[in-house]
Amino acid sequence: MSAMKKSNDPFWWTLFGAGGAMTAMLVPMLLFLIGVATPLGWIEGPSYASVSQVMLHPLTKIAAFFLISLSLFHWAHRFRFTLYDGLQLKHLFQLIAVICYGGAVAGSLVAAYVIW
Amino acid sequence: MPTNITLEVLRYMPEDGGAPVFQEYEVPLRSDWVVLDALNHVKDHIDGTLSYRWSCRMGVCGSCGMMVNGEPTLTCAAFLESFAPGPIRVEPLAHFPVIRDLVVEGSDFMTKLKDVKPWVIRKEEKPLSEGEYRQTPEELADFKQYSMCINCMLCYSACPVYGLEPGFTGPAALALAQRYNLDNRDQGNEERMELLSNDEGIWSCTMVGECSEVCPKGVDPAGAIQRYKLAGAADWWKSLITRKSK
Repeated sequence: MSAMKKSNDPFWWTLFGAGGAMTAMLVPMLLFLIGVATPLGWIEGPSYASVSQVMLHPLTKIAAFFLISLSLFHWAHRFRFTLYDGLQLKHLFQLIAVICYGGAVAGSLVAAYVIW
Repeated sequence: MPTNITLEVLRYMPEDGGAPVFQEYEVPLRSDWVVLDALNHVKDHIDGTLSYRWSCRMGVCGSCGMMVNGEPTLTCAAFLESFAPGPIRVEPLAHFPVIRDLVVEGSDFMTKLKDVKPWVIRKEEKPLSEGEYRQTPEELADFKQYSMCINCMLCYSACPVYGLEPGFTGPAALALAQRYNLDNRDQGNEERMELLSNDEGIWSCTMVGECSEVCPKGVDPAGAIQRYKLAGAADWWKSLITRKSK
């Protein structure tokens, strides 16, 4: 145990964990309701007007932003290690970290722009 | 039912200067025999030069771990019949240097075990006259699972991260650290967190989960490490806030 360097992984891991938990809880249900059950007519979905009304509520906007942003950070953390270990690109660790987390930050900014 | 099964055993004899080669042995396919029994049969009756480690034959000592058909396996718990009709490929545990045949050099693991301070740490010992440290069954249950490790090193062999980064503290040692962290008699959490919350400790783990798949004792090192990460992350945020407020 030579390297005692403090890791900044706890920060990224927190976002990763929060994103994973949130995505696992909400996305399958949303996909099923909005993407499968409603179009196939299994349930009568809400009208466009009522959905857009819900989406315009400030709390819905915040929730949607966190869902999208944290999912992206979940992806970023996992993809970073996929590139490190899966493709053996550990020597490019700085570049990979910038691309992955930078991508998540950029995606979050786009999400914020679209939502607000 | 065939009466024999073929073992393909990796042989490496450094004194010969040769490269490792597979050697085939025909052994009786008995329903009550495990791979270790077959190796013992080879050693006793076919080829006395074969080297491997074993001791208890009952899944307690953790000595007889080997790669069986590419999977880290306790050979005393792997029945020949489950591999019929064979052949069964037996190799030394992956990710460790090989000393000879099926014997690996495990001192890296032994060092790491010691590094996590796997003993009850007290800030202050209470005097003997005050008696023992008592524990309820619930308090015991908090860590008992993590105390079942037999140091067989199968999890290190299964862990792709350890294969890529030998500096990684690794599954069994981190699970053992958790065994003490979660023990209510122990007060060494902070000390161990200092040692293990770094890029070679808990944060090296990418949660592949193979360690828990191969563990013959149901220790679930992957789960232990994830819990450790949660504690590590909480600790990190806390230290961030307290540093700011100073």
